[in-house]
This record gives sequence, structure tokens and C-alpha cells, in this order.
Amino acid sequence: MSTLAPIIKQHSFFSGLDDETIDVVTGCAKNVRFEEGTVMARQGDPANEFFLIREGRIAVSFPAPQGGGLTIQTIDADDIVGWSWLMPPYEWQFDIIAVQPVRALAFDGKCMRAKCEQDTELGYELMKRLSRIMVSRLQATRLQLLDLYGNNRPAQT
Amino acid sequence: MMPEVHQNPLTNRESEAPMLPEAWRVVANDWENHDTFTLQLERDSGGPFAFLPGQFNMLYGFGRGESAISISGADEESGTLYHTIRRVGTVTRALSELNPGDTVGLRGPFGSAWPVERLFGRDLVFIAGGIGLAPLRPAIRYALAHRERYGNIVILIGARSPEDVVFPAEIDQWSGTEGVETRVSVDRATPDWKRNVGVVTNLIAKADFDPSNSAAMICGPEIMMRYAILELNKRGMDDAGIFLTMERNMKCAVGFCGHCQLGPEFICRDGPVFRYDHFKHWFSQREL
Repeated sequence: MSTLAPIIKQHSFFSGLDDETIDVVTGCAKNVRFEEGTVMARQGDPANEFFLIREGRIAVSFPAPQGGGLTIQTIDADDIVGWSWLMPPYEWQFDIIAVQPVRALAFDGKCMRAKCEQDTELGYELMKRLSRIMVSRLQATRLQLLDLYGNNRPAQT
Repeated sequence: MMPEVHQNPLTNRESEAPMLPEAWRVVANDWENHDTFTLQLERDSGGPFAFLPGQFNMLYGFGRGESAISISGADEESGTLYHTIRRVGTVTRALSELNPGDTVGLRGPFGSAWPVERLFGRDLVFIAGGIGLAPLRPAIRYALAHRERYGNIVILIGARSPEDVVFPAEIDQWSGTEGVETRVSVDRATPDWKRNVGVVTNLIAKADFDPSNSAAMICGPEIMMRYAILELNKRGMDDAGIFLTMERNMKCAVGFCGHCQLGPEFICRDGPVFRYDHFKHWFSQREL
């Protein structure tokens, strides 16, 4: 096992995978660090990678033309960010910003796609794991759209 | 064995003349944010006012009407009571316009209470949405005042935007307390917001508590509470360990008028705090 393998194995996204599979995906990974305020990815840029967050917090943000932008979600340690590497046109759909100092593992998207094509069992397993995350984020976004805390409380007069 | 809620534990007013408001004086009226304010009240006649966390009072804006308002805090020495209120209708608008020295009518305290002093030895998970933090605050303060008697304390707070978060200074204090995990998540924010963004229920999955020895207390919009319960169940928490507070149109506050009836329960008298396993059937009924 390479030095990154134990870290990858501990992360909830890859938990339960056997050592051989972990070794396969480890070949696509590298350690990265970002200072607070760093734009880790920009909307429209090629989505060449995804991140397993080990420490810190990142914001998924809509860029605003006048600057600033609007954060629609934050993602903390032991979570994953980025699935644009998986589907054409392989471009980031949002800005990804480190709102705290971030330690992460960056996975090369092209490398991961190639491994998944070669080993369809691995590809299917990762797809299931990513789908669970996508569905849970979709549901959370739907809840956010409801504006739960808005002026819709009939009980108080 | 999970405890029951406190059922109508204080009857001092109810046993006398529960429909008769008592005059209380406004000491201060402070805005928490653009639509939420805190009324600080003192009894005209003086004397102590006993209540338990989670109970509510009926506040009467003279000439406008009454509204059920949870007690958001108290100063036992001075007898001052705090009610944090969102301005949503005629009565709450009238209350928002009160000035120091004005008089307000008050009946109470009414309803069941968070069983916080029956949960010693357990981890506590507080989940608040929007103004829902107000009815939870006395329970949180109690738990923090008796910190050593509990396991981990987790406080998860959701709001629409950073500007809508109530009690921000106090939340910062809670965040700095050892063994207390305090997280705030808003629906939308600019990148300068350093806390979480997303629905508050997202925070439950990774919060630090032992589901087999915990109790959760939830207050917020019903949809939020529904999803919070789902997430707590996913973590392995039993329905009997979940307590929630309900809101309906409370008018008399003593179970006479029926305005707040939900199935067999009168929210004002049997609630507003319920243990979820006892209330689950009615909580999941549509169009009630």
C-alpha cells in the first residue's frame, strides 16, 4: 500500500472497500492543501478532479457577476466534493472555495474514469456511492428551496 | 427507560383564574433581527414566576388580542421574563410596537415542558429551526448550567440567512463551552459566512452523540422536524428519545376551546412538548 492508502480507506466514501481496490484508486490520488479563501475550482473550468475533504470546510458557490457570489452549500471533513469529472462536458458547475484551511485528497478524474472503465465492478461500486451522495444532496436542496423558515407559520397571530 | 415530558407541571395560574391576564410591564423591547424581537417583562405586582423550559405564556396586546408565546428566558433574581417573538400578524405586530413602561397582559405558564432534568447521564441533541431556538433556549441554558451531569451536548441551529439567526452572541458563548458542539447552518449566505450552509438536518449525520444513550429536543417548522427525526432514526436513535414541540392556533391555553386540537390532543394543554413515540401517529396524519 502507498502512504495515502490508509487515509483513503478511513474516509467514509471509500470505507469497506478491500485493500486491492483501495490500491487501485490510490494511484489516482494526491494530497492537497488550500489556504482559507482559495478558489479550489471555478465554474466552467475543466473538472479534472474531485476532492475527499480530510479537514476544513469548503463552500459550493454560485459566482455573481458583481463579485461575492452566493453559497448554496458547505461541505465538511469526511465528505466529498465534485462529480463533474464523471459526466461530459467535464466542467465545474459551481465555484468551490475553501472557507477554512482545507486538507484534502484530490483524485484525478481522467485516471478514475479509466480505472472504472477497466474494472466495471469498481465503476459500479463507486457509482452507487456517488449516487447516494447525489440523491441526499438533491433532497437537501429541495428542502432548502422550501424556504422553511420563511413567513409561513400560521400558528402565531 | 426514557422519561415522559412534564405534563402541566405548574398549575399556579391555571388553578386560580386561567383566563384572566395579569398586568406585566415592558422593561425593554429589543430587536433580534429584521422581524424578530425580544420583550423583557416584569410583573407589576412583583414576586417570582415559576416556569419550566418549553412552557409558554399567552401575551395580550390590549385591544389587539392574545398570542401564545414561548418563554425564551428568565432572570430568576429580578423576576424578569423574556419572550422572543416573530412579527407575523396583528397581535405580534402590536407587541412589537410596545415601549418600555407599557403594559401587556400575561396568562401562564401553560403546557408541558422539556424533560431536561430527567435526562441526566445522556447525550443531548438540540435541533432548532428559525425562531424555534426561542422555546429551546431555556432547556439549553439549563443543560449548560448543569453541564457535568450530561454527556455530550450538541446544538444544531438552522436559519434562513446569517441575518436571521437569533441570539448570535449567546450561540458564540455556547460554541466556546467544552464538550458542547454548536453548529449553525443557514439556507443561503455569501462566501464570507464561515459556518455551515444547507439544511440543518444535514448536520445530524456527523454530530458527536451516542444514539443509544441520547435524547433529542427539536423545535422548528414541522417539515424540518420530520426530516430531523428521519436523520436521527438513521443514526439509530429510538422514537422514544425524541421530543418535539408543536404549534397550532392556541386560543384559551387550557384545553377548553378546541382551536388547537390535533387528534385526541389539545396542543395547549397536552403539549406543546410531546415525546415523539406517543405523538407519532398524529404527527404523520395529513390535513390535520
